[in-house]
Amino acid sequence: MDDGLLVDLSRLQFATTTLYHYLFVPLTLGLAPYVALLETLHWRTGKDSYRRLARFFGSLLVINFAMGIVTGIVQEFQFGMNWSVFSRFVGDVFGAPLAMEGLLAFFLESTFLGLWLFGRDRLPRGVHVACIWIFTLGTWLSAYFIIVANSWMQHPVGYAMDPLTGYPVLNDIGAVLFQPFALWAYAHTVLGGLVAASVFVFAVAAYHLKRRQHVPEMRWAWRTAIAMGLIAAMGQTIVGDVLGVVVTDVQPMKIAAGEALWETEGPCASLGIVAIIDQEARENTWELSVPCLLSIVATNSVDGVVVGANELQAQYEERFGPGDYTPNVWIAFYAFRLMMGFGLIGAAWMLVAWWRTRKGRLPEGRVFWAISIWIVFTPWLGNMFGWIFTENARQPWVVYDMLLTRDAVSQISPTFLFISLPVFFLLYGAFAIVEFLLLKRYVIKGPPTDDEPMAGEPAQPRPAQVA
Amino acid sequence: MALPELWFVIVAVLWTGFFFLEGFDFGVGMLARTLGSDEGERAQMLTAIGPVWDADEVWLVTGGIAIFAAFPAWYAALFPAAYLPLLLVIVAIVVRAVAIEYRSKRPGSAWRERWDTAVAVASLLLAFLFGVFWAGIVHGIPIDASGQFVGRSLLSFINPYSVLGGLTLLTFSLAHGATFLALKTAGPVQRKNEMWATRFDFVAGALMTAFAAWTYWSYSRGDAIALAVGILAVLGMLVALVANLRTRPLLAFWAHGVAIAAFVASMFVALYPNVLPSTLDPTASLTVEGAAASPYSLGVITVVAAVGLPMVIAYQAWSFWVFRKRITVEDARRSHYG
Ligand code: HDD
Ligand code: HEM
Ligand code: HEM
Repeated sequence: MDDGLLVDLSRLQFATTTLYHYLFVPLTLGLAPYVALLETLHWRTGKDSYRRLARFFGSLLVINFAMGIVTGIVQEFQFGMNWSVFSRFVGDVFGAPLAMEGLLAFFLESTFLGLWLFGRDRLPRGVHVACIWIFTLGTWLSAYFIIVANSWMQHPVGYAMDPLTGYPVLNDIGAVLFQPFALWAYAHTVLGGLVAASVFVFAVAAYHLKRRQHVPEMRWAWRTAIAMGLIAAMGQTIVGDVLGVVVTDVQPMKIAAGEALWETEGPCASLGIVAIIDQEARENTWELSVPCLLSIVATNSVDGVVVGANELQAQYEERFGPGDYTPNVWIAFYAFRLMMGFGLIGAAWMLVAWWRTRKGRLPEGRVFWAISIWIVFTPWLGNMFGWIFTENARQPWVVYDMLLTRDAVSQISPTFLFISLPVFFLLYGAFAIVEFLLLKRYVIKGPPTDDEPMAGEPAQPRPAQVA
Repeated sequence: MALPELWFVIVAVLWTGFFFLEGFDFGVGMLARTLGSDEGERAQMLTAIGPVWDADEVWLVTGGIAIFAAFPAWYAALFPAAYLPLLLVIVAIVVRAVAIEYRSKRPGSAWRERWDTAVAVASLLLAFLFGVFWAGIVHGIPIDASGQFVGRSLLSFINPYSVLGGLTLLTFSLAHGATFLALKTAGPVQRKNEMWATRFDFVAGALMTAFAAWTYWSYSRGDAIALAVGILAVLGMLVALVANLRTRPLLAFWAHGVAIAAFVASMFVALYPNVLPSTLDPTASLTVEGAAASPYSLGVITVVAAVGLPMVIAYQAWSFWVFRKRITVEDARRSHYG
């Protein structure tokens, strides 16, 4: 009895704190290369507008990065504090990518961020620009190693079971690092970061263009954001499609849940657009679907057969004994659709915006600008629903087909969680507000103007003031 | 040396790196609020650690991951047992890091003073808690024969020995931080810290001596190595004290390095061959061999460490060299923290 409570609270805590960490991750992943590009352009062309944009988006990046770091450290501790059975079980395999992340990525990003932030007047220009590129590399590497670790939980490879302890033991690190699941999930994740950063830059530019401030710079930001966003969203869709096929192969239950497919269908399985799901009865009371589309999406062919949750449940019971091996279909189905919807709506609006502002036009309509600004939240929702789908629809497993989530938690008193949960909620809630207000303040302030001396630069000789 | 022993040493090295580097960051965090007589001086002190404190903290992240990767059973037994102390650590880490970065994001002394106080309190808590944490491990915690922790989380780590460990690390961090500032700042702040470095070294040296003696008599097997590291810790502090008395902060800084390395080593020597002693039943203690990951897995992370660690040390050293210039109030005002 108590155990169920313990599991639920531990899940709640892990889910909320990871999702919170993931508020900051996509923007870091996407904005770092954008700022690096701006720095490089300024270095090569000497144009002052690039410098101002680099400083502006750089300061937003740093505000975001600080929260990304601390919330990440919290996650690292939580593996041990709340999921010690899991840690003991997977440590032999899972530890390796984490160690790589620490030694090869985290040091890189933190050291070179410091060099970039404080080294402006200490380093030759080219070296200084190299620092932000190395920082960017560090963030992309760290994302890779953590996705490798996560993918191993989704699809364990490169191990053998230790006959004595019953734990998996690593025997092929190459398989863990380069399994297709990890590579496609990584591509999908960083593209999600690029989408988020593009929409962010786009919305910030919209804010200033609406007020006709900093027009030359912001028009440049607006155009590049649209280009980057459209390319990234297109890539995201293509990679997501491949990822879907990979997942169907290794986690058929996840796809069955994501499509609310109870009975095996095919050839020409139909894809549900909306459905009313009855988990108890294991059927959909109502659905609206497109014929054949599911076969195409999940198997890349019209003739593909897609196995339904009921058949998979029966297979699982045969393999692992009685139990419920079906994830919450309602969450899986809608998280999947909300990921795509929220993830892609920004790009769709960018197309409209590009059309309305082509040839240097700046439309007057208030609605147009309001949408262009408020759209900024959608890619975050898209990214978060992506993770909710990935993680929730692999339940009840924490390590797929190997370790159940409910068997993975630390045997601690639930009282601890009644203490730590409110602590996290209060702390994270307060800091979310501080971070949001700071970002807003910096966005509104805009890029530095011409003669404003900027932090970290030798004071520029100012022209005499005319009274 | 077999791989598990090698990783026992690497874990010690990573935590030494953390205490040596983040030690002065903790110290500066406490001193900025208390020694800085105005906003300019406080910003000056924080700017001295500005470029490096984040990378210093990664030594903690890797120190933790190294335990996870090389000794999964150690990680799995220790972290839930330390649930509440670690929760406190987490809160302090979050508050401190955000406070350092956000303090300068708005002008106005009320905003900045509030964040500076947060930095000071969080730094103090962290320096103390990490000392308690490691001395608490050396002392041992109640785990039963099945490896299950049976104590009460907060209290199991608190005993006179671990509190002494906490105070030792706390005062060490103050001395180390003041020494660092004496080395890295110019003007009134430099002189204030030169003076305070000596005072802190006096206290930290005394506590270090008590801690080394207690570790040697009560927890080590009384062999020559245990004696040697204990003496080295005391000698390091002594040299630092004399150096600071003669206003030679660079020598004092490195002497602190020797002392803290010996401090960590004395605890690991006392632990060996255990990684987590049980206070209930000696046979229930987790050992280096028993907690280690498989040979293949240890081999993989050994290669990673052999490639990664020298690179990390090289570019971190380079970054210290880039920022070797003393910071003035004026520098700080024009810096990223201005
Ligand atoms: C796909 C990307 C991604 C994902 C899924 C995660 N992270 Fe993360 N993490 C990053 C991408 C990232 C990053 C881009 O590298 C960060 C985030 C924002 C940032 O500022 O750096 C970072 C920072 C970061 C840090 C601080 C590093 C430092 O001090 O420099 C730690 C310890 C972790 N993460 C640990 C985790 C853990 C334990 C996760 C799993 C639950 C996790 N991250 C999920
Ligand atoms: C039509 C387009 C898309 C398809 C077909 C698609 C497909 C998928 C699939 C199959 C997964 C599950 C992977 C797993 O179980 O590990 C997934 C996960 C995810 N999706 Fe999407 N996706 C699309 C668009 C997007 C967009 C636009 C975003 C965000 C901007 C996004 C963000 C994510 C994230 C963050 C995850 C979790 C991480 C991962 O496993 O890569 N997706 N997506
Ligand atoms: C790359 C690292 C990881 C990421 C990004 C990640 C992300 C997420 C997300 C977004 C959720 C929310 C899903 C939901 O509430 O339905 C979640 C839930 C969860 N994750 Fe992960 N996770 C990661 C690694 C892990 C690890 C190492 C564990 C091991 C214990 C784990 C265990 C869980 C559990 C138990 C839940 C709660 C499931 C639920 O309530 O649905 N995850 N994770």
